[in-house]
Amino acid sequence: MAQASAMRTRARGGWRWLAFLPLVLMLVLGGVFWLNMGKNPAELPSALVGKPVPDFDLPPLPGRTDGLAAADLRDGQPKLVNVFASWCVPCRIEHPVLMDLQRQGISVVGINYKDEPAKALAFIDQLGDPYARIGADRDGRAAIDWGVYGVPETFVIDREGRIVLRFPGPLSPEIVRDRILPALAGGEE
Amino acid sequence: MTRWIGAALLAFLLVLAPDGGTPLLAVTPDEQLADPAQEARARELGRELRCLVCQNQSIDDSDADLARDLRRIVRERIAAGDDDQAILAYLTDRYGEFVLLRPPVTAATWLLWFGPLALLLAAGATAFLWRRRSAMEQEPGLSAEEERRLDRMLAEAGPDAPLPGPGGRPSTG
Repeated sequence: MAQASAMRTRARGGWRWLAFLPLVLMLVLGGVFWLNMGKNPAELPSALVGKPVPDFDLPPLPGRTDGLAAADLRDGQPKLVNVFASWCVPCRIEHPVLMDLQRQGISVVGINYKDEPAKALAFIDQLGDPYARIGADRDGRAAIDWGVYGVPETFVIDREGRIVLRFPGPLSPEIVRDRILPALAGGEE
Repeated sequence: MTRWIGAALLAFLLVLAPDGGTPLLAVTPDEQLADPAQEARARELGRELRCLVCQNQSIDDSDADLARDLRRIVRERIAAGDDDQAILAYLTDRYGEFVLLRPPVTAATWLLWFGPLALLLAAGATAFLWRRRSAMEQEPGLSAEEERRLDRMLAEAGPDAPLPGPGGRPSTG
């Protein structure tokens, strides 16, 4: 009898830790959620970070002589590649930020995504032209080579023409300060 | 009533009929390949590929512009003679493994693949051990001494006596 009762007590003691399992699980989950708070789930990991820019060669918008090709991104200067379109509302929102970057002497080039040339020209006419060069990607094929899935998107390119950072969505002064400028500084090394 | 059900059933079957097209897909006739075998391969691949704009739809299901572009690329690569692996590699090179609706089993995704199974096994094991524990916890039967006492009490009270209550007193029920 005493033996059976001792066995019962032992069995119960061995299981007592289980009572804390829900608490532990909840704390772990809470920690995971806490760490991921403030992250944008739409910001997908890019397959291209650390790789050289894809091979592409885009014609200029009509009336301009620039165009944009992969070779233009390997001129020894770190730069920003901004994918934009006149029909894209967030592009209008981020536009002053790009103008500001250009004024600071940062080289910004543009890929005009699936746009009507006349409207694209009117867009930079009206809002200002922050782009050292613009390539017109009318069918969006070059953008697919860049892994673009929506406009605007901005890439930071180091001096050797490698992609350092990809940022989907409109730039804000905070994002420029916290992510773009540090990536550019890293790209100068 | 039955006629209505019949009509609804017929309409349903028509929608599903192969020659009725694929009305649930976003694939439009003008983007399809002429060779049915190649088009079937394109559909097969399209179901495996994520529309990156909407994120939880395949490119075959999505009306998004980018999904249409990706469908066109899949068909171009098929027409150019690429095998399925090469086409998937083409897209993962640009968009990462996220573009695959079924992620490959890697160190980073094993939890995704085997987590639910592990959880099920853990729950099953817990339930099993729990049952065994409660079986072990059952009160043992009466001891020989208790049996004798019970027999004695029953014999003293006689066959028609009311059963004793908790306090040993006859119950008043």
